[in-house]
Amino acid sequence: MGLAKRIIPCLDVDAGRVVKGVKFLDIRDAGDPVSVARGYNEAGADEITFLDITASSDNRDTMYDMVEQVASEVFIPLTVGGGIRAVSDVRKLLNAGADKVSINTAAVHNPELVQEAADKVGSQCIVVAIDSKSVHQEGEAPRWEIFTHGGRKPTGIDTVEWAVKMAELGAGELLLTSMDRDGTKIGFDLGVTKAVSDAVEIPVIASGGVGELAHLSDGVLKGGADAVLAASIFHFGEYSIGEAKSFMQQQGIEVRL
Amino acid sequence: MQRIAVLDYGMGNLRSVAKAIETVAPGDEVLVTADPETINNADRIVCPGQGAAADCMAALANANLVETIQQLIGTRPFMGICMGLQVLLTHSEENNGTDCIDVIPGKVNRFDHPLLDADKQRLKVPHMGWSQVNQIGHHSMWDKINDGARYYFAHSYYCVPDNNACVVGRCHYGLDFAVALAQQNVFACQFHPEKSARDGLQLLRNFMLWDGQA
Repeated sequence: MGLAKRIIPCLDVDAGRVVKGVKFLDIRDAGDPVSVARGYNEAGADEITFLDITASSDNRDTMYDMVEQVASEVFIPLTVGGGIRAVSDVRKLLNAGADKVSINTAAVHNPELVQEAADKVGSQCIVVAIDSKSVHQEGEAPRWEIFTHGGRKPTGIDTVEWAVKMAELGAGELLLTSMDRDGTKIGFDLGVTKAVSDAVEIPVIASGGVGELAHLSDGVLKGGADAVLAASIFHFGEYSIGEAKSFMQQQGIEVRL
Repeated sequence: MQRIAVLDYGMGNLRSVAKAIETVAPGDEVLVTADPETINNADRIVCPGQGAAADCMAALANANLVETIQQLIGTRPFMGICMGLQVLLTHSEENNGTDCIDVIPGKVNRFDHPLLDADKQRLKVPHMGWSQVNQIGHHSMWDKINDGARYYFAHSYYCVPDNNACVVGRCHYGLDFAVALAQQNVFACQFHPEKSARDGLQLLRNFMLWDGQA
């Protein structure tokens, strides 16, 4: 028996509250991050990712309070991303109780931040989030590029080359989101997932597009992902974490039960 | 009431460790500290740690904790977690070679490049996620924990103690390696009990009850 493939529910957070709602959990206040995290822990999630979508930097401090509260009560790994611009932001989140910090746009503008952060706190704490879109035309060889600003702004950077560079700079893990699949429920972009996973030595988390359980197992079996991340299928009670794990196990994937 | 000192040398998720202990030992006092007197007055010591070996050793030296740790050995239950395990060995390969505290003779090696499983499939490094821990022999730290229970790991280096007699837990990831060591009053693990849900909290609960004997 080896390492279990991880299932990671992802939660959007605004000003320290979980937004978009999490409807399956039997809790009074679906916006309370501690209740939501506790619910996912009890459901058997292997890890929880919080993405801070707070627009105003004034509200950033509430993120640290939120991480502190969650880390005080929920004892599984917590990854926190969004708005990380400096090593001091990384340190603050880790000190608040995050186990891993996910760096996204800042890495595109300042790749050395990844190296600096990994040197200071260790690669195992540094996740680089990659927002990628397919850019090849029909009939062309597959190719993907990094996009910023929620998938609106192309950067001209090749996704696979970027993934290799981030790993070289010291990222401990990659969170690969296919922006053109996000919210579509048609499944991960398995092509880019496989291309990135094959190109790097570090673990890859597949994200973007999950609509059914077979998408999760495809991410692992066809995409070569080490972990699969999903939001809506879990939040709205379409599937439980337990159902996802049983399904993956039936497909021959090792999971933590 | 017991006093538990969580060694604070600026490297790692001290809050998570302290909170996990408070959860399993609600009547006890958890002190996150680098103060030698507070440490010496504690009933139990927990040494967490994250980051690179050279930084951890430098931070321990800065906080004057190297000698403190050496003096604690043999006196009361001591638990090392992750880097808090690796620094107890003699030497680590990390950062072009780093001398460690040498409480448990042995070395710390990096996983092979590439790391392959039995089917010659490449494995990812860091070893990140939930792996099964096989218990070796009987140790009261494993009370109420199933053999093969999964624990959360996040590491690229692993321990190779000189003497296998101290190994009480092993894991397989590309190779078999020691993930839990016990020697006198020391129990140290590569994985993160404070992040390993129910079985992790049980291990910490066992530590609160452990008399420091094998």
